[in-house]
Amino acid sequence: MAILEVKDLTLRFGGLEVIDTLSFDVEEGGIVSLIGPNGAGKTSVFNCLTGFYRANAGDIRFRNESIMSLKPHKITARGMARTFQNLRLFKQMTVIENVKSGMHCRTREGALGALLRSAGQRREEAEIERVAEECLAFVGILEHKDRLARNLPYGDQRRVEWARALATRPKLLLFDEPAAGLNYDEKERLIDLIRRIREELSITIFLIEHDMGLVMKVSEKVVVIDYGKKIAEGGCAEVQSNPKVIEAYLGKEDEDGN
Amino acid sequence: MAANDGSGAAVARRTGLAGVEDRLAAFFDDRRHRYAVFAALILAGLLVPRVGSNYTLEILTNSFLYIVLCLGLNIIVGYAGLLDLGFAAFFAVGAYSTGILTSTFGWNFWLAIPPALLFTVIVRVIIGAPTLRLRSDYLAIVTLGAGEMIRIIARNMKDLTGGASGLIGIQRPSLFGLELNQISHYYYIFLALAVLAVFASDRLEHSRLGRAWKYVRDDEDAAEAMGIDRVAVKLSAYIIGALFAGLAGCFYAAKMTAISPETFQFMQSIMILVAVVLGGMGKIAGMVVGAMAMVLFPEVFREIGSMRMLVFGLILIVMMIFRPQGIWPDRRH
Amino acid sequence: MDLFDIVTQQIANSLILGSFYALVALGYSMVYGIIKLLNFAHGDIYMVGAFIGFTALSLLVGFLGDGWLGISASLILSMIATGFLGVGIQRLAYRPLLSAPRLSILITAMGVSLLLFNTVMAATIGEYKAFETGLGFEGLDFGNIHISYTQIVLVLATALLMVALTLFINKTIYGKAMRAISIDMDACRLMGIDVNKVIALTFFVGSALAAAAGVMAGVYYGSIHFFMGFIIGLKAFTAAVFGGIGIIPGAMLGGLLLGTLESFGTQLSWIGTEWKDVFSFGLLILILVFKPNGLMGRTEIERM
Ligand SMILES: Nc1ncnc2c1ncn2[C@@H]1O[C@H](COP(=O)(O)OP(=O)(O)OP(=O)(O)O)[C@@H](O)[C@H]1O
Ligand SMILES: [Mg+2]
Repeated sequence: MAILEVKDLTLRFGGLEVIDTLSFDVEEGGIVSLIGPNGAGKTSVFNCLTGFYRANAGDIRFRNESIMSLKPHKITARGMARTFQNLRLFKQMTVIENVKSGMHCRTREGALGALLRSAGQRREEAEIERVAEECLAFVGILEHKDRLARNLPYGDQRRVEWARALATRPKLLLFDEPAAGLNYDEKERLIDLIRRIREELSITIFLIEHDMGLVMKVSEKVVVIDYGKKIAEGGCAEVQSNPKVIEAYLGKEDEDGN
Repeated sequence: MAANDGSGAAVARRTGLAGVEDRLAAFFDDRRHRYAVFAALILAGLLVPRVGSNYTLEILTNSFLYIVLCLGLNIIVGYAGLLDLGFAAFFAVGAYSTGILTSTFGWNFWLAIPPALLFTVIVRVIIGAPTLRLRSDYLAIVTLGAGEMIRIIARNMKDLTGGASGLIGIQRPSLFGLELNQISHYYYIFLALAVLAVFASDRLEHSRLGRAWKYVRDDEDAAEAMGIDRVAVKLSAYIIGALFAGLAGCFYAAKMTAISPETFQFMQSIMILVAVVLGGMGKIAGMVVGAMAMVLFPEVFREIGSMRMLVFGLILIVMMIFRPQGIWPDRRH
Repeated sequence: MDLFDIVTQQIANSLILGSFYALVALGYSMVYGIIKLLNFAHGDIYMVGAFIGFTALSLLVGFLGDGWLGISASLILSMIATGFLGVGIQRLAYRPLLSAPRLSILITAMGVSLLLFNTVMAATIGEYKAFETGLGFEGLDFGNIHISYTQIVLVLATALLMVALTLFINKTIYGKAMRAISIDMDACRLMGIDVNKVIALTFFVGSALAAAAGVMAGVYYGSIHFFMGFIIGLKAFTAAVFGGIGIIPGAMLGGLLLGTLESFGTQLSWIGTEWKDVFSFGLLILILVFKPNGLMGRTEIERM
């Protein structure tokens, strides 16, 4: 069964068709990758899925309901979380405070509860703390929880973003180039993490990645786009040998063939 | 700015002043230390009327009023990162609503407070809600204009507000049969309000809502992606901040028994903002220090008089360029 | 007065008022276009421009007289001096904060505004200054309405400045650089454009235009005051947003339209002149709600 169905999605900026009648599915429990050359429109697809861009036409169905007209926070509340291509941490806040943001849509105490420090509010705060620590432990940076997020090394900042996304308790997790800027060891741990997220937390994963090695290792299905159009879809081996894909990537072989 | 990152902190630690700052920051990092100092301050505050002159009480009452106003604006500017340049407007709405209800309609002061607060919220929503989706600079200029408009409206609606000369003869409230008409009565009332405001700010800051304000301040898009409704969160900061000012306005009307539009002009908003920036946006202790400094400064430097605002302008610029975190030391990790 | 008179009178008022709004709005729009800063101090720059023009005129009056010759010379002097003031402000207060959080630079702009108008207030002890000129009241009569040559010349001068600005933006290399920087500052830096120089130039031109409006307002109203920049700053911002902020022709159109709406709007019997400012402010809120990109602006989706 598909957890996400995209049908004829089209997005225009001025005269430019950034996404052009794109259709694909993401199966529940799977690990699917979206690849394509620079500027192909991958991040734009994510932005449409998460409600940051309004698509001009087409439909997006998530868990069997259309989410086309929903605001981003509503989509997150329905169980889709994302990370950003460029780090978007809350820089003036600590690591654990960053991760607590994910729990916002799963909790409800407001100003009154905070002012009176009611029993319910204290229970909820404890729960937020517990989940945040759990997520930090899951990605392996619990020991840094009280440091300012911006003072962490780059690789660890990425992990804060992952923990933050996990804390929203998603059903579907979108990673936008999670391996960018990571060294070899960190990439290996990322692959492991992606698998654990699926196995231990049963979260479906949809990722954008330029590192073909990583894509081929983890994904069960690959969707390839170029100039906003889908040019191939299928298993890793199948896609790799597709002449259209080779053509789209021609001249980029050295970068991506590691 | 340099002092914000790790290497800057290391360099700064070598100089004497920064060493003191670090130790201060470390001392106040401990919650128990904070509470102990706060309790000592309250105790001292309670004892002042036994020894202080009426002049001292008046000044201190004013600084307590300023603490409440600063903590209110701090929620909007410091926590939610929204620049409000017309904050005095909500102080005005609270004061005018109370004044009109008690003097024109003869209401009991205490009964007038809830409708006055409701009114503050309504005005806040009318001004705030339509523009919350817009860029932060737009918000700043809209609030700047709104503050002025409210003053002009107060001046123009002569039948209700007394026009430019203002409202006079506002009833003094009484408490348990005691008419509140002494300066020391208002000293205690505003001390209580300030303590209440500090407590409320502290609890709000360390709550789910307080964190949401800061997420939106740091990165709106990321906050939205984490499932936070940015419009609702900003609006809540606006409303709660305005409530602080509205409440202060209610008691201000009772204390003064006369109010006029000029009390709430643009300069009042700017003075509150300067106090907030000086104390350090987002820091409760900073607000106390900033508010005190703001009230004491003109008392100590009387001869500067008309040049005061010029100095404030300079303070804003210099603080933003050289020490955006305010005079109070920053926590560093 | 019959309807024809009222309409003629208000058209004249609209043009004058609209010219002032448009000239000030241009500075807001240009600066916003290039560094995305709402320069709160812009209204005060207009005020300072008026005072510099006033000072220049009182110095020049012995040589050039207090007619158009003296006024034009003071206007040009004021434009140049105020232009440099704008550059100085940008250099000292805004440039160090270009990459700081937005809140910081907004607060700084507020500080600059306070600094400017309190300096002038201290210098003038808060008094109105009579802006005396030797211009007469001769003019043209339309029915019962008299429109002075002064008014006509001021509107024509504004038109001339706008044509000059349009040529400058569209035909010169600096104009091109300005437009390029407003689209992508980093790319411009990589292409070897001296970004700081172009930003400084933008402040110069914007401030000079505001100074021109300030001097003209002094000539037109006959007096100047340290607080004169506050309300017009708000109005000009409204005009800039109305036309589409960052868009040069938008600022011109917005200024003229706001002048018109305000002149005719306050004619409606249920809006007295004392409500004039509330009227334009209400208009600002309506524009922001229903057409936040302005009349000439396109809806742009912010890049994530
Ligand atoms: N908000 C926007 N306004 C205008 N054009 C945009 C906007 N967002 C993206 N684009 C354009 O859409 C195209 C696709 O961009 P997108 O970021 O989706 O590519 P991508 O596949 O993620 O590339 P990369 O691999 O470099 O991250 C680009 O040409 C980009 O300039
Ligand atoms: Mg991308």
